[in-house]
Amino acid sequence: MINKKLLRQALPLVSLAVVLVATFIVQPRTMSYFGLNLMLQYAVPIALATIAQMFIITCNDLDLSIGPFVGLVSCIGATLLLDSPILGIAALAALIAVYSAIGALIQLRNLPSIVVTLGLAFIWLGIAVLILPSPGGKAPIWLKSIMATQTPIIPFPIIAALVIGIAIQFALMHTSYGVIARGAGGNPVALTRAGWSMLKTKAMLFGIAGFFGVLSGLSLLGLTTSGDAHIADRYTLYTIAGVILGGGEFIGGRVSPIGAVIGALTLALAGSFLIFLKISPDWQIGAQGAILIVVLALRALVSRTGKASQ
Amino acid sequence: MKTLQTWMREAWPYTFLAALAVWLATISYTGGQGAGAILTAALSFATFSVIVGLGQMLVVTSGPGNVDLSIPATITLAGVVAMKVMDGENALLLIGIAAAMGAALLVGLFNFALIWLLHIPPIIATLSSSFLILSTAISYGRGIRIKPPPMLADFATARIMGVPLVAIFTLLLSILIAQILLRTIYGRSLLAVGQNPRAAWLSGLNPDRTRLITYVVSALLAGVAGLCLSGFSGGAALNMGEEFLLASIAVVVIGGTSVAGGKASVPGIWGAALFMYLLVSMLNTFGASAGIRLILTGTIIIAVIIAATGRSGAQR
Repeated sequence: MINKKLLRQALPLVSLAVVLVATFIVQPRTMSYFGLNLMLQYAVPIALATIAQMFIITCNDLDLSIGPFVGLVSCIGATLLLDSPILGIAALAALIAVYSAIGALIQLRNLPSIVVTLGLAFIWLGIAVLILPSPGGKAPIWLKSIMATQTPIIPFPIIAALVIGIAIQFALMHTSYGVIARGAGGNPVALTRAGWSMLKTKAMLFGIAGFFGVLSGLSLLGLTTSGDAHIADRYTLYTIAGVILGGGEFIGGRVSPIGAVIGALTLALAGSFLIFLKISPDWQIGAQGAILIVVLALRALVSRTGKASQ
Repeated sequence: MKTLQTWMREAWPYTFLAALAVWLATISYTGGQGAGAILTAALSFATFSVIVGLGQMLVVTSGPGNVDLSIPATITLAGVVAMKVMDGENALLLIGIAAAMGAALLVGLFNFALIWLLHIPPIIATLSSSFLILSTAISYGRGIRIKPPPMLADFATARIMGVPLVAIFTLLLSILIAQILLRTIYGRSLLAVGQNPRAAWLSGLNPDRTRLITYVVSALLAGVAGLCLSGFSGGAALNMGEEFLLASIAVVVIGGTSVAGGKASVPGIWGAALFMYLLVSMLNTFGASAGIRLILTGTIIIAVIIAATGRSGAQR
């Protein structure tokens, strides 16, 4: 009998491989340094935002504000960070602090995170529109050059995704802090009884999520080179889809960092794949939905056969 | 005054009080000018949030964390299908309505099928399906700019003594849904399933059937909103549903429906929708920018949920 857990873990990778191979077959020219670079560069900010969402989902919450947050970061990056770097960094640090405080507030008052982050989504968007009423500003040069890095042999987006995925996989799955973080979602009562503070844990997890949201916004700005409050509105849905696609679950602290990165890559690739298939761009979002449904169906199937064999 | 006391324990009277306060602040600023016009506009625009809010309310009530994220896409699909089938002809009005509602029905059935077959949280199911629905709408409605048939446009924009016809229609719809919640087996089952699906199942109710009806009704209401909206704004647009993703959740939560499930409030949706619109028009009158309006809206949502959770926490 094939190990059910292994099968579940392999599913995200298999999905990515299928989409990647299909893309190579349809358009062999993508199987090159520049082809992969072009196809995957926008996957980097999506992957970072997905990691942010994953940290929130780890403690059984959901962040509906990550998209507007990434947009806000891109606006701050294209204005404040460019004009006075110190002020810009202070502003971004303040945002991370707010994220952390929101986590503490949710824990302290036992609030539904969906609603709180829904309110936050309006607030981020509002601040972003105040900073940059219409798309504009300019990305700092250092940011552009980071995102345009030409790494030898393997394209930069792939290396970036690998580094992000593996580093966080290690931190969350193989350190004692990671165990506590996942415990916050798995069994908060047990965590509290063991002497850990849920308040601190949640504030920490939300703060980390804010940090990766900032990284996502900055990397997106490095690619687009100008800020836009609405640039990442779709990210909210993408990140939730990415985490789930990567094998995460909504409750119980069951998440997979590498899976989340792979999920984000799969969604980003699916877009280009359909362009190469000459399917009209109208169906791009739809195809992402279809991929999500197929993967979830496969997972349901795996779980069911697993249950039957027990 | 027992009734007054029980009333004040509910959230929805406060939403109306808040709406009234905001309206008074606005007209005192303008010196009473346009007081009626502001109300008429508020009723017109709030109506669309109310229609989708009713559906969202049923879904939210069906269990903790349940949200229908496919509402915006369904609004767009229904609008596009209706406009294309009607082709601006009064004669095709009924066929167009049937087609739009048929499309919405399929969406509801599809959402339920995903939740039921794949055992996935509703938020993920409706998220995935919304991608498919939106693509269908974009692909089907590519480049269309068809005006609604005169009859639909008249219905959506007509007023009786300053009160929009759509608002009256929506009021009747709201009363109907409130009665369904109060007096039908489905309504009572929904509240029971929302509070504890296992207990509901053990006591002989059918949670799956309850959920099926819930997602179908939510999609149908989104379809109705799509129809009215495209009549109101002179046609369907591919982004017409967008603003209702956040708005539909916001009016439900501010109106006092419990996010934990099992507790619904129909009047609260009206109060919240009117309040949200009047707040925006007040800020417009004061000359506040779009950014300030958004920030205030968000702050209010968070403040309301803190207040609401505090209140129910105290009762426990």
